[in-house]
Amino acid sequence: MIRALLWILGAILLGGIVHLSTVLAMPQAAKQDAYSRLVPLAPVNTMVTLAAPTPDNAIMPFMDPAFAAAVCRYDLTTGSLKLVAPVSQAYTSVTFYTRRSVAYYAINDRAAGRRTIELDLMTPEQHAEVPEEEDVTAADRLIIDSPGPIGLILLRALAPEPGLLTMARRALAGATCSIQPVK
Amino acid sequence: MRLLFGSCFTFLIAAVIGLGATWLTLTRGVAFGSLTIGGWTAWPKSGSVDIDPYARAIIARSGELPTGTGDGVTFYARTDDSGNKFDGRCTFSISGLTPAARYWTVTLYDPAGRLVANAIERHGFTSEEIVRDAEGRFAIMVAPLARPGNWLPTGGIEQFVLVWRLYDTPIGVATRTTKEGPMPAIVRKGCS
Repeated sequence: MIRALLWILGAILLGGIVHLSTVLAMPQAAKQDAYSRLVPLAPVNTMVTLAAPTPDNAIMPFMDPAFAAAVCRYDLTTGSLKLVAPVSQAYTSVTFYTRRSVAYYAINDRAAGRRTIELDLMTPEQHAEVPEEEDVTAADRLIIDSPGPIGLILLRALAPEPGLLTMARRALAGATCSIQPVK
Repeated sequence: MRLLFGSCFTFLIAAVIGLGATWLTLTRGVAFGSLTIGGWTAWPKSGSVDIDPYARAIIARSGELPTGTGDGVTFYARTDDSGNKFDGRCTFSISGLTPAARYWTVTLYDPAGRLVANAIERHGFTSEEIVRDAEGRFAIMVAPLARPGNWLPTGGIEQFVLVWRLYDTPIGVATRTTKEGPMPAIVRKGCS
């Protein structure tokens, strides 16, 4: 009797381990995560406007149809990245995601406080190499640390009415993301 | 012999418990740190690096990109305030107050996160385009058939999800009480 209970206890413990490890492994194992979906659409280090979601076709689930969106699939191995995004009339936001879809930084047009959002994206190692004076003199230079060398930048502009979607898309078309070669 | 039988039994039970629990938690959408107001639930931490492992796994599996904390917060509703499941053949009204935010949008999806086809190509409203009364209040009718005013068509599908997104809002990880975040009430009006 006691032996059977021990077997069951062992099974429950082992089941808990199986459960936790499968949950933790899921982001690595997922084949259809946002980054994988964007690989065929977005060349690396280029800003690409995304097609608006429709009932038949959407790049990702739960996209907000009131927004025009553009994405930059970045790779910082050859240098840091400069993002320049003009602000649209209504609301513009930039969100940075890791390879595993974790949103590690997000900023909107009001927080950026200018007509264009300008950001430098670096790995912590590249940030450490930025000369200190440069860091100080360019006080309004916004530097974001990327946790890893690859990830996604999602740029979105709101169309307050459906008729304004073309305007929002035009604002996004002026956005660029480009690698700054290492000096 | 008994050892062999015992360990086989243990491994089998362990696999069933472990994989079953994973499947249940990922399909039912279990995540920690949720903020529930009426029928609406948000996971503000999912938009930051503090996202918990369950939410990470759910997002990786679905392929969506969560709303970043500096951008806004996303509320999901699958039932009305009294717990009735959203059925596209029924009529639901959404009315009342919205939390402080520069903009908000409300969108109707099927349970997999796809937009629902309808004749007027209406999938949601933004805070700017919604029709309000003289006092600034609004009511949205979520219904299969055309309604006057703010009609959000369900397309008659069996189950739908409503997503309320607040942009540039103080609502977030620190929000605790219903007073800080009054969300619109959802009431079922009847089924056809």
